[in-house]
Amino acid sequence: MDKMPPWADAVLVPLFSLILAAIISAIVILLIGEDPWEAVKLMVDGAFGNTRNIGYTLYYATNFIFTGLAVAVAFHARMFNIGGEGQALLGGLGGAYAALYVPWPHWSLAILGGAVASAAFGAAWAAIPAYLQAKRGSHIVITTIMFNFIAAALLNYFLVGPLKAPGMEPATETFPAATHLPSFETMFDPLWKAIAGPEADVIFQRSPANITFFLALLACVAVWLLIWRTRIGYQIRAFGWSQPAARYAGYSATKLIMTAMLISGGLSGLMAVNQAMGDAERLVLNAVEGAGFIGIAVALMGRNHPVGVLLAAILFGALYQGGAELAFWTSIPREMIVVIQGLVILFTGALDNMVRMPLERLFVAGGYGKRPKAPKSPIKPAE
Amino acid sequence: MSFMKTILGGAAAAALTAGAALAEPAIIYDLGGKFDKSFNESAYTGAQRWADETGESFAEFEIQSDAQREQAIRRFAENGNNPIVMAGFSWATPLSEAAADYPDTTFVIIDGVVEADNVRSIVFSEHEGSYLVGMLAAMASETGTVGFVGGMDIPLIRKFGCGYAQGVKAVNEDATVIANMTGTTPAAWNDPVKGSELTLAQISQGADVVFAAAGGTGVGVLQTAADEDILSIGVDSNQNYLHPGEVLTSMTKRVDNMVYDAFTAGENVEPGFNVMGVANEGVGYAVDEFNEELLTEEMLAEVQAAADAIASGELTVHDYMSDESCPAVDF
Repeated sequence: MDKMPPWADAVLVPLFSLILAAIISAIVILLIGEDPWEAVKLMVDGAFGNTRNIGYTLYYATNFIFTGLAVAVAFHARMFNIGGEGQALLGGLGGAYAALYVPWPHWSLAILGGAVASAAFGAAWAAIPAYLQAKRGSHIVITTIMFNFIAAALLNYFLVGPLKAPGMEPATETFPAATHLPSFETMFDPLWKAIAGPEADVIFQRSPANITFFLALLACVAVWLLIWRTRIGYQIRAFGWSQPAARYAGYSATKLIMTAMLISGGLSGLMAVNQAMGDAERLVLNAVEGAGFIGIAVALMGRNHPVGVLLAAILFGALYQGGAELAFWTSIPREMIVVIQGLVILFTGALDNMVRMPLERLFVAGGYGKRPKAPKSPIKPAE
Repeated sequence: MSFMKTILGGAAAAALTAGAALAEPAIIYDLGGKFDKSFNESAYTGAQRWADETGESFAEFEIQSDAQREQAIRRFAENGNNPIVMAGFSWATPLSEAAADYPDTTFVIIDGVVEADNVRSIVFSEHEGSYLVGMLAAMASETGTVGFVGGMDIPLIRKFGCGYAQGVKAVNEDATVIANMTGTTPAAWNDPVKGSELTLAQISQGADVVFAAAGGTGVGVLQTAADEDILSIGVDSNQNYLHPGEVLTSMTKRVDNMVYDAFTAGENVEPGFNVMGVANEGVGYAVDEFNEELLTEEMLAEVQAAADAIASGELTVHDYMSDESCPAVDF
């Protein structure tokens, strides 16, 4: 055995990668003449300093959980779905149709209906590349990325044409009030007032975090159950590890590719529930804002495990929100935030082995790795 | 006592300077960023001109996502920045939700309309300015075919294209207008290579004047037009200087003046609805030392006559956004 214990793989590797990314970011911030320590304080305070900031962080995190899970599920079948962006756009379209044209009596039904419609549209958008991969061998990376552009054009058509609200903006009308999902403010502030007295400050004031966050947590549990506790999940993993072996076992490649990609597309589509129904309460162009791509980084960093995805999504949500605060109060330009995010992705994703290999050697040299392999714990990542 | 005085004095001074720092104006740019060589940059130029002239500073923010719109408005308003200027039509919805919560703050929205007591809405009649440069294009064209390269395919850009086509047809009824959009995503605002390709395609179809209403993409359009020895028309800012003698004119949309005026007025910005058209010099065509050789006296006389007619109301240019259709060109 020349492996690290699983906890080191899951905790230490990302941690060291993050520290490396932070060091390089600090150097870049120094080079542009700002104080990195101030920047860190601003970012942390901006992301977690008060309930409103936490609300923003969790709102972004909710988006990233969905897209991260989407990438993770597909990756267990070794399908690299980089079409999360397009699938989420289409999910928004489905959600918008559901919210605008179905007279929902109450938000609790609307969130279910919206989720089903969003997931269905997202899944449908993933179905075509999946079918082409399964039946024609068209590479999923190429097709899903091309479908992102088609999705953007399609959404543009709908928002400039049939779904457009009167006025200048390419956006739908505001969804009916019954479909507006409860925000953290409406959910938790009365509770807080009951505990801390009516004079207490409003918590989560006007932050976009909403009940969809809990839907995202449910999705995490569901994905874990699916991948590690169901027959189809086992088949997907087996297929991912070795396609010939899976075929030999009698699994249908077409079925597995389609299933994994449909679930993946559906999860991407669910992001729209958070964005369109939870926050904007209408569908706008560019609603996804790159969350589909950040999902790739989130899944990579989270080792394709729901717990990892959840933590990585919160980290990226914090980077997103903290970065915005940084841009508000310093002259650090917006591009710098992108650089920091890019460095995190680079180190946790692309340069993973740079940290893992020395760490592994360290563990082996220290004798830890020679112990017999521990029984598989459910938390252990699938990789 | 004197110690107390010092402390109180210090506190008062701190409060004063804090107050002064807080009252500084703020500007929020739209997606696409501050240096887009076009709309946002024009807003930035106006703000910077104000800062250079007065020696004061202003707060600014470039949003990254849609969720940050309301956040940015509220953060600046709660910080005491006043007035808060935002450039772009997408600000209308978040501002209409936030404005009422900050009655003591004045907001200025450019390219959008919000009806509230503390909001100054400014919209431009881009179709009028585009009409005028369309006339110039038709008069300068020898082939009778002119081109239009739009940025992202949204109603606002169709409004530019529609006004342009009407101007072309007003001069030469048989002229052909080739209209292309660069794309359907915000990337279309900053894709000079695609702009260049579209220009080459339009040249191959006979176009010898091309109007770019495409943000940063227009840089590629103007460059290719200059390389291929045809004429081009710039947009938003006066872009005549980019290729002296090769840019026929520019359709100017004075976003910078609007920001400058708002910052100059400070907290006393007048709320209300303003249309900036040819009549009040919000839009127009640029004539300077870089393009004067390209424009003959007759051309200038004719286009000025049209400008006067538009200003006086004798001539109405169809606004694409009034009914989402265009009599002069198909998109």
